[in-house]
Amino acid sequence: MTSPYLQGCVRQAEAAGARGITLALDLRLAAQPGQFVMLWLPRMDEKPFSLADGDPVTLTIVSAGPCTARLQHLRVGDPVYLRGPLGHGFSLAAERPLLVAGGAGAAPLAFLTRRLREAGRPVTVALGARTADDLLLAERLAGLGARVLVSTDDGTAGTHGLVTELAARLLASNAHDHVYACGPAPMLDGVAALCHEYGVPGEVSREAHMRCGTGICGSCDRGDGLLVCRDGPVFPL
Amino acid sequence: MSGVDLAVELCGLRLRNPFVLAAGILGTTAPLLERVARAGMGAVTSKSCGPTPRAGHPNPTVIPCEGGLLNAVGLANPGAAAMVAILREARTRCAALGVPVIASVFGETAEAFGDVVRTLEAAAPDLYEVNISCPNVAAEFGRPFAADPAEAARVTAIVRAATRRPLIVKLSPNVSDIVAVGRAVVDAGADAINAINTVGPGMAIDIRARAPVLANKAGGLSGPAIKPVAVRCVYELSRALPVPIIGTGGVSSGEDAVEMIMAGATAVGVGSAFQYRGLDVPAALAEEMAAFMREQGFTGVAEMRGLAHD
Repeated sequence: MTSPYLQGCVRQAEAAGARGITLALDLRLAAQPGQFVMLWLPRMDEKPFSLADGDPVTLTIVSAGPCTARLQHLRVGDPVYLRGPLGHGFSLAAERPLLVAGGAGAAPLAFLTRRLREAGRPVTVALGARTADDLLLAERLAGLGARVLVSTDDGTAGTHGLVTELAARLLASNAHDHVYACGPAPMLDGVAALCHEYGVPGEVSREAHMRCGTGICGSCDRGDGLLVCRDGPVFPL
Repeated sequence: MSGVDLAVELCGLRLRNPFVLAAGILGTTAPLLERVARAGMGAVTSKSCGPTPRAGHPNPTVIPCEGGLLNAVGLANPGAAAMVAILREARTRCAALGVPVIASVFGETAEAFGDVVRTLEAAAPDLYEVNISCPNVAAEFGRPFAADPAEAARVTAIVRAATRRPLIVKLSPNVSDIVAVGRAVVDAGADAINAINTVGPGMAIDIRARAPVLANKAGGLSGPAIKPVAVRCVYELSRALPVPIIGTGGVSSGEDAVEMIMAGATAVGVGSAFQYRGLDVPAALAEEMAAFMREQGFTGVAEMRGLAHD
């Protein structure tokens, strides 16, 4: 073992919203939706990304800092280094699932959508973002056979409002028996409240600053001693 | 575990078993320290804390390598003032379980160690561990204090003057004469020694990326690969010095822990084993040690201590 990293090569690179990129690599991982990889940019940084698919490995990366800005420059043929899959993913327990995505949270839900569709489940995605520029993977989700309903905080695409408001209307219709969500922490708190209100089980994928990614450094305690990297990133509500 | 008692005494404190969570592993928050205590540790050590918040090194900071892990987290910590609240809560949570909390401290200067300990006194940790041996901050801090007996003694004396609580000093194996450093810190007032901190530092290069993997380039080696070094250090220190030793380095099984105790350790640090065996490791180690003791006819841990000595 000279290095913990797998080397892959970018096979497809396409824009994701105004500030993101979706990369498909020449790697396959036996991964569950919701699992993540640590993506290494040599001599710079290493960050966790939920898989947007495992076969081929697909990542959606939104520019949010120096490392993710540099990753926007990756082009077809460029090498990529990663370790994983890490953590625990989503169960596939739902019959009539509702998926709730906020911003970059769409990535693991795209992977989940593919698996749920392969299992014959009807998939509805409430896809939210701050603005139309921040909406990610809408076409990919629709292409996988999901019914995609869009909302933006500023009304520049889809319904005007928070994605949790859209999710509340969908849950009120009594059409869903399970919620899967990924997005910013306040959104996930909102989803948790909705699941409680409507008595529907749910699973949420949480984000955290990580170091080891394998459950020993303690950097990603979500506040109650559970580690986002090893106990999560997907937690049942 | 009929007929076998794993409890040990360390600096006047009773540990229900000899296993001590090593500093830098899972010790960042009070709930996490409690979780590790509940998992069966005899004592837990909080993440090393300095006077002010430090972000630590960029990632990658922890990576697997042959026979262990390389890490260069770079002493990331929230600073002593924030650590008081963490330690206070950890003490409350762990005291209910009968598990002592050890506060690990570091400083860039010898005086800073004293400042940190004076601040942490408000949290009343059961013991302090003085981390003079982090190998991963040399670019900022210079040579670790543990590299020189006189410097190591100076830090120990300053901390000794700052608290009446028991002091453990954690030594580096990366020295030509660890016993000389151990003797110096005991003469300066250390009540116990923890041996060893990580080995090296080492380096791993990804040959496809043509770059060192760790952002800090070099990092301390831990895990099974360093156990023979730790056993030798514990053996030499325990033969020469009258204080209890926490034997730390590569212990991954109950039998590894017995080896450390037969080398002369009173307690046994556990760190990288969490990477390989997860949070179940404390209970598993205790079970394995008890099984060995039953097989060999030991009833108490102290009966095994130092048996490897002449």
